[in-house]
Amino acid sequence: MSQELLRIQDLEMHFPIKEGVLQKTTGYVKAVNGVSLSVNKGETLGIVGESGCGKSTLAKTILGLLKPTSGDIFYEGESILNYNAKQMHELRRNIQMVFQDPFSSLNPRMQVGDIIAAPLKVYKTTKNVKHRVQELMELVGLKPEYYHRLPHEFSGGQRQRIGIARAIALEPKLIVCDEPVSALDVSVQAQVINLLEDLQKELGLTYIFIAHDLSVIKHMADRVGVMYLGKVMELSNNESFYQNAQHPYTNALLSAIPLPDPVKEKERERIVLKGDLPSPANPPSGCVFHTRCPRAQDYCKKNVPLLETKEDGTAHTVACFFPIEHAEQIQK
Amino acid sequence: MLEVKNLKAYIDTPAGIVKAVDDVSFSLKAGETIGIVGESGSGKSVLALSLMQLNPSPPTFYPQGEILLEGKNLLHLKEKELRNLRGNDIAMIFQDPMSSLNPIFKIGTQLMEAIRTHQNINRAEAKKKAIELLKDVGISDPERRMNDYPHQLSGGMRQRVMIAIALAGKPKILIADEPTTALDVTIQAQILDLMKDIQKKYGTAIIIITHDLGVVAQLADKIVVMYSGRIVEEGKTEDIFYHTAMPYTWSLLRSMPRIDTSSRERLIPIQGQPPNLVSPPKGCNFNPRCPFATADCLKIDPSLTERGAGHYAACILSEKTFEEGKLQLENFETKGVPL
Amino acid sequence: MLKRKRNLLSIGILLLITIATITASLWSQTSPSFIDPTLRLLSPSSEHWFGTDHFGRDIFIRTIYAARVSLIVGAVVAVVATFLGTVTGLIAGYYKKADSIIMRIVDGMLAFPALILALALVAALGGSVANIIIALGFAFWPIMTRIVRAAVLQVKNVQYIEAAKTTGASDFVILTTYILPNILSPIIVQGTFTFARAILAEAALSFLGIGVNPTTPTWGNMLQEAQIYISMAPWFSIFPGLGIVLTVLALNMLGDGIRDAFDPHAKKQLKKRKKVSQQKYA
Repeated sequence: MSQELLRIQDLEMHFPIKEGVLQKTTGYVKAVNGVSLSVNKGETLGIVGESGCGKSTLAKTILGLLKPTSGDIFYEGESILNYNAKQMHELRRNIQMVFQDPFSSLNPRMQVGDIIAAPLKVYKTTKNVKHRVQELMELVGLKPEYYHRLPHEFSGGQRQRIGIARAIALEPKLIVCDEPVSALDVSVQAQVINLLEDLQKELGLTYIFIAHDLSVIKHMADRVGVMYLGKVMELSNNESFYQNAQHPYTNALLSAIPLPDPVKEKERERIVLKGDLPSPANPPSGCVFHTRCPRAQDYCKKNVPLLETKEDGTAHTVACFFPIEHAEQIQK
Repeated sequence: MLEVKNLKAYIDTPAGIVKAVDDVSFSLKAGETIGIVGESGSGKSVLALSLMQLNPSPPTFYPQGEILLEGKNLLHLKEKELRNLRGNDIAMIFQDPMSSLNPIFKIGTQLMEAIRTHQNINRAEAKKKAIELLKDVGISDPERRMNDYPHQLSGGMRQRVMIAIALAGKPKILIADEPTTALDVTIQAQILDLMKDIQKKYGTAIIIITHDLGVVAQLADKIVVMYSGRIVEEGKTEDIFYHTAMPYTWSLLRSMPRIDTSSRERLIPIQGQPPNLVSPPKGCNFNPRCPFATADCLKIDPSLTERGAGHYAACILSEKTFEEGKLQLENFETKGVPL
Repeated sequence: MLKRKRNLLSIGILLLITIATITASLWSQTSPSFIDPTLRLLSPSSEHWFGTDHFGRDIFIRTIYAARVSLIVGAVVAVVATFLGTVTGLIAGYYKKADSIIMRIVDGMLAFPALILALALVAALGGSVANIIIALGFAFWPIMTRIVRAAVLQVKNVQYIEAAKTTGASDFVILTTYILPNILSPIIVQGTFTFARAILAEAALSFLGIGVNPTTPTWGNMLQEAQIYISMAPWFSIFPGLGIVLTVLALNMLGDGIRDAFDPHAKKQLKKRKKVSQQKYA
């Protein structure tokens, strides 16, 4: 059985809404509202959701950039929330991040070499920093001659490679990728995804891969979780997720992705969700999805469906009272 | 109805002249939907803005070509005539609906304003029309929504309002520049459906500009593929997807992550970076990234040639060489047969 | 940035004035305080280029020597105010808790016009060059704090700062190697403006008679002495005035030039810029 690297338990992250002259707290934006997940060593956990579902907040919490309201995060079995500064500093070596925007995530006034060297200098892992940086640049497919260039001289895809080199510089165990390809051109997306996969094999990395695009996740992830309004709706291994999606929301997401194939596109049945995402400051009662759900019944308005956690991490779990059964899938 | 002939739109930048649109021709019939597909830097947005004559000029200038709208060349019209034309004949919606709406006015006010610039009617009638339009673009409870400010609406709703404003002058052509890129997939599906409905109801011709081949597969009758300022392939949607004749289009289709493939299938990227428009490569612009490039591709700058009824591609490779090349490449990738 | 004529001109003016005032004693035997009662209030001539004042002193020489005090005061005040303002601004912008304390102090100080504040301080401390520098530095730093803080707030939430945090960089490293280099341009621009404003303020203080010791030639002192002769001997006030105008103008132009040139993108492009005429393509 694969070993657990990171476990998130009942994590909640609520941001206060402050109003008026006195900055009184009038409510909370429940960005992450009770999430439990675990990531095993060497796997890729894909987290999908639309904007405002809390996936980026979740990422920041894992990296310790935000302090959660409640819940716990365990790294290699140890709770990291009460780490002191020194322990946190040590932990940061092992958990790194690749950011979405390759333009704003690199300091425009630093040379590429220095950007990649920054973490090496903080942790003083190697004496020959320059050599190591050039090694890293080659590893991510950048010419080492580019050492002294500035970020704006690179295209989006190359900048994302710089960001990846920085993230792997300290040989971390876990990398949180927050929409690493969604700002890139299609033809370059595939390059970056393949690079991430190659690095995973070579360096034995574990990824938490956050995206809004289910098709990218399908090519990347071992397991997939869908988030909606701060909650995980469905969690499953890749094959079962795409062939046998049980949550009505997952099904709507899957059917909304346009296929680059006009004939298939015209033939297939599409579920177009009505309405907009409710405000995370004031989520619906009961199942948070019931306001847009085509299968919702009165029962869903009052009761909160739970994502059953099973011992076996690969199981297909769904937080829904009326999931789509396998038989219906086949009928469709 | 709209005909673009040999259009060039260049931009004078400090780094040199950027040939953003380089000798582009295509035509649009009434009620038709045409998809212009390209990556960033392919010139698709500059092309769209040329059709509205909204490119800032300078630095943009048009050294050559014609944009004929029902016989009138837009390049020769005066600013006043152009203003009259925008909204009435051609309207446009943009990627970011937040920055295209004025944040300090209610959406009702903005919509009525748009209606009254195109139609000579009083406020009460304009209000009635505005509510009708909001209903048409699928906004529920339009009377109440009229009093909302843009920031009170979600991204999808804002795009609906933008579409309503664009429809205010009953335009013959609607240009949509990446209308769904900033939206979530479920909202994208709503907006794409809306555009289909609009076309049915109003008979508007649509030019949709996007980087996403999936979006045009759904919407477009005809597709124009652009690469570094040029049209590299053009044809009926089916031809583009099923009889792809240009290596770029073919590679782009192959590199797309899609949900109708098997799980964890490895993607096949296009090598290299999108071209630098200031100093494009010699010969065919795509040759540095093309898996089939030959020595001739470095010398010859291909022009569009006919590959079937209404299907054009810019590639010097013969159909046979292209087919063989594809087969060889696929054999190499799947079975390791050397090239 | 040297390619722009305006920048070249302003640097030229400043260099000329600086070199002239530093080397003044080398090329001229005339002392700025040499009094010759027989030569009172002479109009400009080949002998006395700018004329003479009410004590028969050569105005050209005095104007040149006066630049010393003005430039020293301006430069030191600019450095002091920039340093104080940058440090406080960085802290206020980065740490939320310090922000409210520092900004309330700054707001309080900004409630008084800088010149009035300086006036009060000089009146209390006494008029010497050092005291004027202290007073003006103190009066000008709050503006710098505001500007630096605003710039920090803008840069602070950009992703590369977050990226730096995830690599384990300390606050000090983030402030000095990530934030400061990215807000350097407003700081330098404001620094040159402070330079110019300090020269003006010093002149104003001297003109009001509470500035530098009246025996030392400064542009402000000269103007003050000249005011009663303004209709009889206009050159007496014109030339020191011209000194102020030229220096301040040059500094302001330089500040604008720096602002334009300080974009890392623009810099590269300017180097590559080729003159290609549109006609060639049209």
